[in-house]
Amino acid sequence: MVSIKDLIKISDFEWEIPKSFRQDMRVPVRIFATRELLEVVMDDKSLEQAVNTATLPGLVGRVVVMPDMHQGYGFPIGGVAATRYPEGVISPGGIGYDINCGVRLLGSQIEYEAVKDLLDSIASALNHYCPSGVGTTGHVKVDYAELDRVCKEGSKWALKKGFATEADLRRTEEGGCLEGADPECVSKKAKERGRDQIGTLGAGNHFIEVDLIQQVFDNQAASAMGLSEGCLAVQIHCGSRGFGHQICTDYVQEFQGAVRRYNIHLPDRELVCAPLDSPEGRSYLAAMRCAANYAFANRQVLAHAARKAFEEVLAGKVSNWHLHQVYDIAHNMGKIETHEIDGEKVTVCVHRKGATRAFGPGFEGLPEEYRKIGQPVMVPGSMGTSSWVLVGTEDSMKRSFGSTCHGAGRVMSRAKAKKTVWGDRLKAELEASGIRVRAGSLSGLAEEAPQAYKDVDDVVTTVTGAGIARKVARLVPVAVIKG
Amino acid sequence: MQRQAAGYCEHEHTADWELEAWAPDLAGLLEQAARGMYALAGTQLHPQPRLQRDIHIAADDPESLLVMFLQELLYLGETEGVGFDDFEVKVKDLQLHARLSGAPIRSQSKEIKAVTYHNLKVIENEDGVRARVVFDI
Repeated sequence: MVSIKDLIKISDFEWEIPKSFRQDMRVPVRIFATRELLEVVMDDKSLEQAVNTATLPGLVGRVVVMPDMHQGYGFPIGGVAATRYPEGVISPGGIGYDINCGVRLLGSQIEYEAVKDLLDSIASALNHYCPSGVGTTGHVKVDYAELDRVCKEGSKWALKKGFATEADLRRTEEGGCLEGADPECVSKKAKERGRDQIGTLGAGNHFIEVDLIQQVFDNQAASAMGLSEGCLAVQIHCGSRGFGHQICTDYVQEFQGAVRRYNIHLPDRELVCAPLDSPEGRSYLAAMRCAANYAFANRQVLAHAARKAFEEVLAGKVSNWHLHQVYDIAHNMGKIETHEIDGEKVTVCVHRKGATRAFGPGFEGLPEEYRKIGQPVMVPGSMGTSSWVLVGTEDSMKRSFGSTCHGAGRVMSRAKAKKTVWGDRLKAELEASGIRVRAGSLSGLAEEAPQAYKDVDDVVTTVTGAGIARKVARLVPVAVIKG
Repeated sequence: MQRQAAGYCEHEHTADWELEAWAPDLAGLLEQAARGMYALAGTQLHPQPRLQRDIHIAADDPESLLVMFLQELLYLGETEGVGFDDFEVKVKDLQLHARLSGAPIRSQSKEIKAVTYHNLKVIENEDGVRARVVFDI
């Protein structure tokens, strides 16, 4: 067990667990949190899981943990770990089952005041066009050959099919397509699960939310993103569905043998890994990229559906109902990137598990309009509370492998949330506060209640206080669609 | 209160679900874990038509057998829309042969993404075997 007395305080927002804490640690753990946020997670296993993560072979720098951390399986949620490429390892569990789970933000010039009486219709139209819930299939059906193209092309496939614009792709991480995806490395089972789920939201904590841009903190950045106070925005949070879940499952299973073959000793079997330059490691990386591209395509099809929903309700009622892409970013991903570590440029595989890439100004992979301000980062709050738009900073590049937080972070178990929150009462409370709710499952809604999460404002205050992100705008929800 | 010889219960986990199952032997443990998983997901089956599936899995250790068995049930649920409520499970030398009876799924309130190996250990004691499984949801 890790306790607060084991931590070295670096600043009000930063703490370290030294490498000496446990004999098998290869690097220290750096935690971005206030003392209050740390105390909240002392009841769960987040920090113990971070220490376990610090035992992976080939790690460089330090394992980084974000203030929205909570207990996961293997890695903590909110964990970032970089392994030297190609000698280090890649760990499927360190990326997660929902590969490229992420958030897309669409902005608009639609003024809330002009459409507030139409929000019920917008919520219903979104619910109609964006299938959600357990076992739901999408409106887009593909055969196996087409699925292979989705795997290889991601959002480029969506562009060819008329679900995307060039601007959408430009404003997506990696242009919505990771190179090196190989469908041959994906099992038949994964393809069976993924074939009819493109354009579906899923269940759990996934959602589509219509927000009001309540306050802008950085005019230059907000202007570059087309975000104006008083206007609407839409967030889409989902990932690679059953396709990604099965790919991770397959490789976690296969790597149980790989750790024996490569003589890797780990404190938790969920951390299983293989060298990046081994056949197993290369195969997983190629399969993971298929799931990443599937998720980019999935969110793109959902964005297209959201645009249809807005058009159906608002055409003829307001002059401009268009939803423009602000950015689409992953928070469960493994990426080969170059970072400066102790003055040396090192190519690494950055595992982000419940952490968002947050590259600072000047990064060449950003579209021209964002190069001066840094990469947009979306931090959704818990249902019914605010969400944030941030940008990456030069400090995030130096101190957190160009990463920051990804959300509010759970603090209450689902079991406890179910016992203390009634779904129908929560729905009524949200609606009484002006938030339209479309939910497939009331018990699922209860599990995602705001009181089950930390205060997202505290999380954002921590990452901005630590300097690994900068505030751009704060959003508040006006309609929520959940599976 | 005396515990039943076989059963399952849910434990607190911040983000996911942790299920404990116990039984006199490994075959019984697999059955209880499957029943627990369906219960956690709120799975309801149609009364008809009844259907059967035979499953064969070979694993390197009891933990892998448990994960692979539950994972197979998730896969069948998602791709064929079927769930099971009657289990004939035999395990010998880490080879599982199961005849499952069930029906099409009528409704399910929760989506289970995967069965994890997190801290998974099948523990033998004088009462039989037990294990705690964490599901990613």
